[in-house]
Amino acid sequence: MVKQHVESAVNGKIRCDACPVMCYIAEGRSGACDRYANIAGDLIRVDPLTVIESRLSDGGKIVPFLPDTTTAEWDGDIVHANSSFITAIGAGTTYPDYKPAPFIVSQKQNGVDMVTVVTEGIFSYCGAKVKIDTDRFLGPESAAVRVDGEQIGHVTTGEYGSQMLSLGGVHHLTGGSKKEGRVTCEALLKLCNTNPVELSIDGGATLIVQAGRAPIINGAEEQRMRVGCGSATIGMFAKQWLGHVDEVVVVDDHITGVLSEHQAGKLLDIPPTGIKIKGRRSTPGRYFQVAEPGTGWGGTDVSDPLSIIADFDPKTAYPGLRMLMVSTTGEQYGYYILDENLQPILQTTLPAALQQSVEIVAENCEPAMSSVMFMGGAGGSLRAGVTTNPVRLTRAVKDALTYVSCGGAPAYVWPGGGITVMTDVTRMPSNAFGYVPTPALVAPIEFTMRLDDYRALGGHMEAVIPIAEALEQAERRVGAIAGSAWPTAERNFQWGA
Amino acid sequence: MTGPLAHYLDGDRNGRLHLQHGPIDLVIGVDGAASVVAEEAMRRAAFNAAVARFQTVLDELVSELALLRAPVTPQSPSPRGAVARRMWAATLPLAETRFITPMAAVAGGVADEILAAMMRIFPAGARPYRAYVNNGGDIALHLEAGAEFRIAISREDGVSLGAFAVNAANPSRGIATSGRGGRSLSMGIADSVTVGARTAAAADAAATLIANAVDLPGHPAILRARAIDVIDNSDLGERLVVRGCGPLNAEEAQRALSAGAREAEKFLARGLIDRTALFLKDQGRLVDHFPISSISTARYVAAGTPLEHSQHA
Repeated sequence: MVKQHVESAVNGKIRCDACPVMCYIAEGRSGACDRYANIAGDLIRVDPLTVIESRLSDGGKIVPFLPDTTTAEWDGDIVHANSSFITAIGAGTTYPDYKPAPFIVSQKQNGVDMVTVVTEGIFSYCGAKVKIDTDRFLGPESAAVRVDGEQIGHVTTGEYGSQMLSLGGVHHLTGGSKKEGRVTCEALLKLCNTNPVELSIDGGATLIVQAGRAPIINGAEEQRMRVGCGSATIGMFAKQWLGHVDEVVVVDDHITGVLSEHQAGKLLDIPPTGIKIKGRRSTPGRYFQVAEPGTGWGGTDVSDPLSIIADFDPKTAYPGLRMLMVSTTGEQYGYYILDENLQPILQTTLPAALQQSVEIVAENCEPAMSSVMFMGGAGGSLRAGVTTNPVRLTRAVKDALTYVSCGGAPAYVWPGGGITVMTDVTRMPSNAFGYVPTPALVAPIEFTMRLDDYRALGGHMEAVIPIAEALEQAERRVGAIAGSAWPTAERNFQWGA
Repeated sequence: MTGPLAHYLDGDRNGRLHLQHGPIDLVIGVDGAASVVAEEAMRRAAFNAAVARFQTVLDELVSELALLRAPVTPQSPSPRGAVARRMWAATLPLAETRFITPMAAVAGGVADEILAAMMRIFPAGARPYRAYVNNGGDIALHLEAGAEFRIAISREDGVSLGAFAVNAANPSRGIATSGRGGRSLSMGIADSVTVGARTAAAADAAATLIANAVDLPGHPAILRARAIDVIDNSDLGERLVVRGCGPLNAEEAQRALSAGAREAEKFLARGLIDRTALFLKDQGRLVDHFPISSISTARYVAAGTPLEHSQHA
C-alpha cells in the first residue's frame, strides 16, 4: 500500500512521496490531495479514498478496472480467490489513536467472513532476541553488547550450540542517552530488516550478525554448528567406527573425545591404544582445554591435530594401529597409521567406511546461523486502532479468536498480559520494518479474526473494506511464506480447531 | 509512490469508472447507443481510452507545476502539456482583470482532456449519446443531439440547492462549482458558485473568480488568513483567503451576491460563460442571458433524479 516513509524534510516540512506532486507538508497540514498529512513529523494517511468509501456505505460494489489489452494475461485470481492476505507493511499508522487502523480488510475464508486489521505499529517497547550458533566464546553472561560504543543490549544465556543476545528494549531505546536510543534503534532496524550489524561485547568478541546468515566472529565466518561436543560425538558414532578403526579422537574446543577411553568405547570392548592427549582430563575419554580457542579444528587454534597428542605408550600401542582424528563439525579430519616407531603417519586415502562416518558427523552439524526474533508489545494505542475497547483485543488474542501475524509471518504471542509478540524476521518480507525518531521501530502487525468477532470486540466496522480494494492499493506483492500458517486458516483459531 | 488507480464503482464494468491519482479523482460515465450491445462496447472502448490517457496526466502537470502555479500574464511562456494548455487557454482571458493562475482550471482541464481522449476514438456520428467526466464537481460533458444531462447542485453538507438540465442545444459542455469548502481555497464567501461554460476548464476558472467576487471586504464576520498559512505552497501566495463566515443579514448576503453577479455578468458579456448560479446563506442568484434575477433557492428544487452532482471543488 501506500508507503509513508518520509524521505526528506525541509524546514520542518516533510516531503510526501505518495504521488508525483511530492508536496512539502508542514506539521499539522495536509497535502494537495487532503489524503496525507504531516502529524508530528510523520506522514499519515488521513482521508482514505472518499469516493470509494461513500460507495461502500451505500452498499455499492467496487471492481478493479482491467484494460482490455491485458485481460488475458492478467491473473484475476489474485483478487478473487482467497489467496491474498494484506500485510501491514507500509500500511501506515493511526494517529490520533482512536482513528481506525489504515486498513481493515474483509475477505471470505471458507464462507466465514474474516477481517484483518492491518496497521504498522510504533513499538517503543521492542527489541530483538538474537541466537548465534557458535561454540566460540562471545563474552561473559550479562556483558554489555555495544554498537559504536553505545550499549544496545547484553549477553544472556548460553544455549545448546549457541549464545543468546538480548538487544534493544525500552531501557536502551528511550531510557538512556539520546545517542544510545538512536544507535539502538538503528541497530534493531538493520537486524530486523536482515541487514548485517557489527556488535562488540565487553570482555569478549567482535561479531557481525545478520539474520539468516552465518555469524562472523572476530573476523572469521562460523561455518557449522556442531552436532555435540567431542565426547558426545564419540557417544553418537562409536558404533559406526567399530571394526574400521582402532582409535578415534574428536577434536573440540570444549571437550575433546577419545574413543578407546570413552564409556562408549569401553561398552563396545574397544581395547586401549596407549594414546596420550594433552590437556586436562575430565572423565575417561573426555578432555578439556586441549588447545586455545581459535578458528582451527573444532573451534580450537589447532591446525595440526597431532599437536594435541603426546607420544603413544609403547607398552600398549603397536605399529599398524589405525587412528581417525576428526573435528566436532566434521570439517577437518585425518586418518593415521602408526609406523615402526609408533609415530602416526598421515594417510592419503581414507577407507570408505570412515569417509562415510566423517560425512555423517558433518551432515549432522547444521550450518551456523544468526537468528533474529523481533519482539514487541502492542500497546494500548495500537490496539485502539483495531477496536474501540483495546483490552478486548488482548482477550480475543488470548482466546485464540484473533490470529496475530507480523508482515504475514506467524507471531508467537507470549502468555500473560498485553500482546507481546515474537516473530522470526527472516519469514517476513524484506524491509518490513521502519522507524520513527522517537526512537522506536515501526513494525507491521496484523490481527485476523471473524467479522462477527470483530464486531463483538468493538471493531471499527465502518472502516472495513473488501480485500479487492486493499489489493488495489498494494504497492508490493510477495509470495506466501513457505512453511508459515496462512493467516486466515481456520486452524489458527479456537473455533476452527 | 502510488500510481494511477482505476475501479468500477457499480459492481461491474458497465458501472461508472473511477480514476484516482494523487489529488485527482475522476468519476466517468458513458451511456446511450443504438443497442445495449453497442452501448457496452462503446463504454468499454471509452473507458480503455480514458485509463490509457490518465496514466500520465498527473506527471505531465507536475512537470510544469511551477509555471502552472504562477500568475497568468500575456507575456508568460505558455505551457507544453495538453492539459496545461487547456488550463492556460481557460485562464488567459480572465487574467486581463484579475489575478489568476492556470491552477484555477486544473480540475476542469483534466476533465476536458479525459473526455476528449474518450471521444477521439469514435468517428463523428458513431459516438455514445452521453458521456461525462466528473473531476470532483468540475464536469466535462459530451452530448449527442437530443441527449440531456440533469445536474444537481448540493451544498457541502449535502443539502440540495436545486438541479438544472444541459441538453445538446445548450452550448455548455463544462460545469464547475467553486466556493468555500472543498479542497480549493476561495478569496470570497460564496457557499457555491456553479458555472456552465463551453469547457469544464473555462467553467472552473470562471467559477473561481466569481466565487472570489462574492465578498464583503472588511466585514468583521469574515475570517481571513494568508493562503500560504492554510496550504503549503498555495499558488495564491500571501493573498487572503476566507476561512470562516459568521452570520450575515439578508441585505449583506444580497450585497455580496451582487458583487459576484456583476463579475459573472462581465464574463457572460464576453462570451466566456453561458450561465451561473450563485449561493450564499439562504440567498441565490442566477446569471444567464437574461437580466440579473434575484431568486429564492426554492425555485431550484427540481424534479427528477439528479444524474451527476456538482459539488464544491
